[in-house]
Amino acid sequence: MMEFLHMGGYAGYIWSSYGIVMVVLLLNLFFSWRRHQTVLRRLKQLHSSGNNES
Amino acid sequence: MLFRDLQIAFRQRAEIMLPVIFFVVVVSLFPLAISPDPDVLRSIGPGVIWVAALLSILLSLQSLFRSDFNDGSMEQILLSPYPGSLLMLARIVAQWCVTGLPLIIISPLLGLLLHLETHVNWILFISLLLGVPYLNMVGAIGVALTIGLRQAGALLSLLVLPLYVPVLIFGSNAVISAANDLPYNGQLLWLAALLVMATTLSPFVISSALRVSCSYR
Amino acid sequence: MSEQNKTWLWFHRMGSPAYFYNFAGLLLPWCVIATVILMLIGLIGGLVYAPADYQQGEGFRIIYVHVPSAWMSMFVYMVMAINGAIFLIWHIKLSDIIARSSAVIGASFTFLALATGSIWGKPMWGTWWVWDARLTSELLLLFLYLGYIGLRAAIDDRRVAGKAASILALVGVINIPIIHYSVVWWNTLHQPASISKFDNPSIHIDMLIPLLCMALAFKLFYLCILLINSRSELLEQEKRTQWVKELVTSS
Repeated sequence: MMEFLHMGGYAGYIWSSYGIVMVVLLLNLFFSWRRHQTVLRRLKQLHSSGNNES
Repeated sequence: MLFRDLQIAFRQRAEIMLPVIFFVVVVSLFPLAISPDPDVLRSIGPGVIWVAALLSILLSLQSLFRSDFNDGSMEQILLSPYPGSLLMLARIVAQWCVTGLPLIIISPLLGLLLHLETHVNWILFISLLLGVPYLNMVGAIGVALTIGLRQAGALLSLLVLPLYVPVLIFGSNAVISAANDLPYNGQLLWLAALLVMATTLSPFVISSALRVSCSYR
Repeated sequence: MSEQNKTWLWFHRMGSPAYFYNFAGLLLPWCVIATVILMLIGLIGGLVYAPADYQQGEGFRIIYVHVPSAWMSMFVYMVMAINGAIFLIWHIKLSDIIARSSAVIGASFTFLALATGSIWGKPMWGTWWVWDARLTSELLLLFLYLGYIGLRAAIDDRRVAGKAASILALVGVINIPIIHYSVVWWNTLHQPASISKFDNPSIHIDMLIPLLCMALAFKLFYLCILLINSRSELLEQEKRTQWVKELVTSS
């Protein structure tokens, strides 16, 4: 196990690059999802306030 | 149309001088920043002159189309019965005469300042002659897309600089190869090919982009 | 109904925003699952099972994220350019939405290709950055992406922004091969004796499979992001229509 993590001495490079990839991809996912939720929420407000007025 | 543009342009003499002065000043900065040693200057000279020319053209692009766009005459021009692409070509040729041509003409002088040999200077002149119109045309595409936007200048640079890279590489390298007695015809051919491509395609792109920008106002 | 008619009908239905929204919503969970599975297979295959390269040791394993990122950076730009053309020629709004939804993830992939390439370079060739053809091309591609995103952001009107950005994407796509060729050429001048630094030595089948898995996983991930983003964009675009109204008030 330790040898796996150690990666023959390249540990820093390998894990940092895989790490940065995961971080960037997950951030993309997070922001996309959050935007979707925000849009839904905002449109809900828009339409329900419209309904209340009519 | 071409003549009218040239007439207007020559009346605004400051606009002609500005890119040229900028060009000369930037090139002069390099000996100061790096070293006045002739050998050093000879080796960096082609690259420096090319980059300075590129930046000068970028600077001069700001004024292209702007006055027409602001006073609304751009829409009139695009609505005219003449094909928009031809009109754009005329406009760009006028622009090149005012901004690009002076740079090209003065470049051998700058080559002298940087201790380039005569035959290298000649290749420099030719490479710029072939490359600068391309810079004008592709730059005009960028202007057409960003005209009327708030931070047009910065965005314009970002849009246009990657597109300038091939011409920079081939142009600069043609001169460097000439300086090192290596073949340079391939590079010049590339410049010519890129120029032809830009001349045939860019007028259409520019007029489409201007139509889009006009619809935004 | 003949096969041709069925495909045409499916295409036609896709143009309808409500249909696409629901279709994308149904497809999304499957995409996510497939992405996770393939990513796990690729990661385990690449990190554990693939044999260490005899020249580069374990360090070469970065290839499993570097190469897929680079491939995706170009693939996404192609998608943006093609959809831009479709939008300009046939005015299909969904195409503009797809292009718009792809920009940031495409730029992210380009950034990752640069970052992983740079990290890979350090143990291999001693420097954090090397002006080799591939990295330099990716850098210029990043500028192209940033310009595209900047242009879209600067124009408030959606439709005009879409048209301007489409023109830019098309100009970019014509230039990418030229830029790439000129950069490769420039590079060979200054490093006459070496092969491209990122060329892989003869690739073993054991090394290849995890790479293909990761490439596919990245593609599916892009598809997930695309589906989520395009649904958001679609809602924004169609916010005043009846189907959107019903959709948000019923939940």
